[in-house]
Order: sequence, then structure tokens, then C-alpha cells
Amino acid sequence: MTPACLPYGDRALLLAVPDTAAVVRLLDALRADPALADLVEDLVPGARTVLVQARPGVTLGVLRERLAPDEIGVGEAEPGRERQVPGEEITVPVTYDGPDLAEVARLTGLTEDEVVSAHTGRPWRVAFGGFAPGFAYLVGGDPRLHVPRRETPRTRVPAGSVGLAGEFSGVYPRESPGGWQLIGRTDLPMWDLDRDPPALLAAGASVRFAVA
Amino acid sequence: MSVRPRLRVHRTGGPCLVQDAGRPGLAAIGVGRSGAADRASYALANRLVGNAPGAAALEVTLGGLVVEAVEATVWVAVTGAPVPLTVDGRDEPTGAVLALRPGRRLATGLPATGLRSYVAVRGGFGVPAVLGSRARDTMAGIGPALVAAGDLLPVGDEIADDIRVDAVPAQQYDDRPVLRVVRGPRDDWARDLGVLVGSTWTVAPDSDRVGVRLAGARIDLVDPDRQLPSEGALRGAIQVPPGGEPVVFGPDHPVTGGYPVVAVVVDEDTDRLAQLRPGEQVRFAFAQ
Repeated sequence: MTPACLPYGDRALLLAVPDTAAVVRLLDALRADPALADLVEDLVPGARTVLVQARPGVTLGVLRERLAPDEIGVGEAEPGRERQVPGEEITVPVTYDGPDLAEVARLTGLTEDEVVSAHTGRPWRVAFGGFAPGFAYLVGGDPRLHVPRRETPRTRVPAGSVGLAGEFSGVYPRESPGGWQLIGRTDLPMWDLDRDPPALLAAGASVRFAVA
Repeated sequence: MSVRPRLRVHRTGGPCLVQDAGRPGLAAIGVGRSGAADRASYALANRLVGNAPGAAALEVTLGGLVVEAVEATVWVAVTGAPVPLTVDGRDEPTGAVLALRPGRRLATGLPATGLRSYVAVRGGFGVPAVLGSRARDTMAGIGPALVAAGDLLPVGDEIADDIRVDAVPAQQYDDRPVLRVVRGPRDDWARDLGVLVGSTWTVAPDSDRVGVRLAGARIDLVDPDRQLPSEGALRGAIQVPPGGEPVVFGPDHPVTGGYPVVAVVVDEDTDRLAQLRPGEQVRFAFAQ
């Protein structure tokens, strides 16, 4: 699988892949490439893309050459590959009493208990961040949990709320507006500036939800 | 041991923020770069007073700042938007290194052109850093709080060099600047990208460090109902929401955005973008 390379101004390139699982693999491949570290200022993963920002003094020509398909192999999807994650798995204990748990059960055709089993049954991976500091878009969970966002977003979602939207799950790091379907809550702080690093979940990390 | 000087803030006009070169490399935890909006003017102010690159300065919006040196003499330089400048009522130029003796007050008036001025002090501002930077990220809400009357700002020790230049010519900004853009990555989402380079745009009043909002024309999307999965963003990215009025991202833009970016302003020209005032006009041209 070859990522498409799209222009992004004069200091960056946007690599596009078919799905979020491929983003996770591409990010792994880019981070594992020692030659890229000297050329790249930052990698910004999205849902279908990775934005590659050149370091000052590095031309896009040099960067494009290094990102050529035969230089960067992201591999094909392999069953269970998302589970082969370097580093440890972070466990997030959740009290499953969210205001949308019944609605998620209705939308998925599962019982509420089955929703909880599905959410805790498989590990998730952090694909990308960006909604707020410490907010992680998690992918790779049980596909039966794909649900649309709420039609009307809430103006206030409490910190620690655990939600579902589309293919993603996530935990709100602080109180904010939000349109995700809320199935539970955790006391584990997602964002703490007194901690190093302040974000509990960084892109690439593996996460397992557990019943608190 | 010499006494470390401080700067007492008596008054601010528009938003006054501590800024530096920002926090690169933290996108993976959802933190953007932030930092000085007009990086060239910020860097020039630091160079004038002999600071190390990345020392913290004040970003002053539309003048109005009055500060006083406390304890010891503070060497100061003001760059960017050319504000009328006085020290204890005496006129002084921008782009010059000025000695502010203890008890003396520096005041900045409304600039004739431009939006943001940079006040650097020799040694930089020694306020606490957050994630390696003293930049205030107005969207993420991290970094030093908004500078306010009554603040006593410590002067740091980030000195790299002697003061070698007394003054540089004051900056002037042209009317209706033309900023260079590179098309893409989502130019194919626009019905006609010619509207971007063919129109004269007006900077909307709700523009800020997150983004400059443009009015005066509409870039119609091929399919306004089509959803773009979130993707990474950079300063200078021109995002088009379904309404068609573009937003050009500034230094405090979200790390990822969900509207198509149809073109990106050439990095160097984003400093000029940061000097556009609400109500001013701007045009775009394709680079090369």
C-alpha cells in the first residue's frame, strides 16, 4: 500500500492512506525511520492522513524523495496487527453509566452489557489527537460499536467522559462541548500539566478499557 | 550579585501575550506550536537586544501597553507594527535599543499600520515555561496568562550576545498586500479556486490568533455536505467551511481540522498575515 503525497504549502507534505488503521501503521513506519528524524519537525496524524512538516532548512524536494513509496513501506493490513504494539498497554478503568449507553445499545442492537463487553473486549490504539490537548482518537475496537454522533451536541461534557463516534472511542480530557455518544466515565486524568508527559494517551499508544 | 530587573505593567490596550518560538513537535498529544504570530518581527526584537533565539517577548495587539522598569535598567526594543513610542513622554523610535532606567515608563500608542508589535527585553521574560515554551496558546489555554495591569514580569537571563546594532528602520506595511499561496491539499473540493486568487478579501472582525476570517466572496465547495475526516493543520492553511468564507489558520490553530484546506499560504508570508487588521483588505496569488 502506497500513501498518496499531497501538497501542503511550502513547508509540509500530506500523506493520504485509505483508513485510520493504515494511518497508525504509517505513523509507526515514519517514526521508526532514523533518517527522517533529521528532516521532520513534526508528524501530525489525522483520520486518513499524516501531515509531515519539514525542519527549517529542509526542502520539500528532499523530504519528498525520502518519503517515496520504495523508501517508506507501511505494509498491508494484517489481522491482529493493531495488537502488536511496542510499549505497554494503558488500562483505563471505566464506570459504564453514561447518558447515551441505552441509545448506543439501541443503535447497535446489543444489550447494554454487550456494549460494555465489546468496549472492553479488544484493545484500542491512539490514532491521532487534536480536538483538545490530551484528547485521543482511539481506533481498532469492536466494529459493532460504530455509531453516529449525537444529532445535537451537548454544550457541556464532563471531564473523564468516555464516548463513541463513528469508528472512534475517546475520553474527554476536560469539560467541553461535545457530540459523542457517552457510555461511561473514568477518574483517570487524561491531561495533567504536572505530569511528564502531560497527556496519558499519545498517538500510537495502546489502550484497554476495563470495568472499574 | 546584581539585582534582576523586572517590568511592572501599568496598562494594556488590546490583548498582550507572552510569546516565544512556540512548542514544536507535540502534535501527538494534541498540542499545537503556538508562538509569536509575526515570527520575523519577534526574532528581530530578540536580536536587537542580544537575546538567545527563543527568548520570550511580549506580543502587543494595537499598542496601548505602558510598562515601567523596576530595580534595575532594562534594555528594550520594539518591533513589528510601528507604534508611536515614548519613554517618560519623550518620543523614541521602534526598531531601536532603548535603555529603560528604574522608574522610567515606556508607552506604546496605536500603530499607523499593522496589528502586532513585539517588546523584547535583554534577557527575555523569565516567566515559567509550560512544556518547554513560554508561548501563550490561546486555544489550548496553556502557557503564561494574558498580561494585565499590575503584573510584575521578571527579566530572565537568556542572553546570547552583546548589543551590536543600535537601530534598524521601522517597519511599514503596504495597503492590500498580496500573499503567496500553494494550492492543495484539497483544492479539488473547491468548485473554482480562481475565486481565492481573483477576489479582494476583507479581514473580518472576529479574526484572532486561531485564524484570520475572510469576507467579501465565497469559495463554493463541490459538495457542501461531504465530510472530510479530520486532518493535520498548519499556520497558513486556508480552510473552507460549507458557508464558503475561508479561514486562514494562525499560530493557535487546532492541531487537526475537519474542513477542507484548499490552499496554504507560503510560510514566510504568514508573518505578514499576522499583521492584518480587521477591516483591512488582502489578496492572494499562486506561488511561482
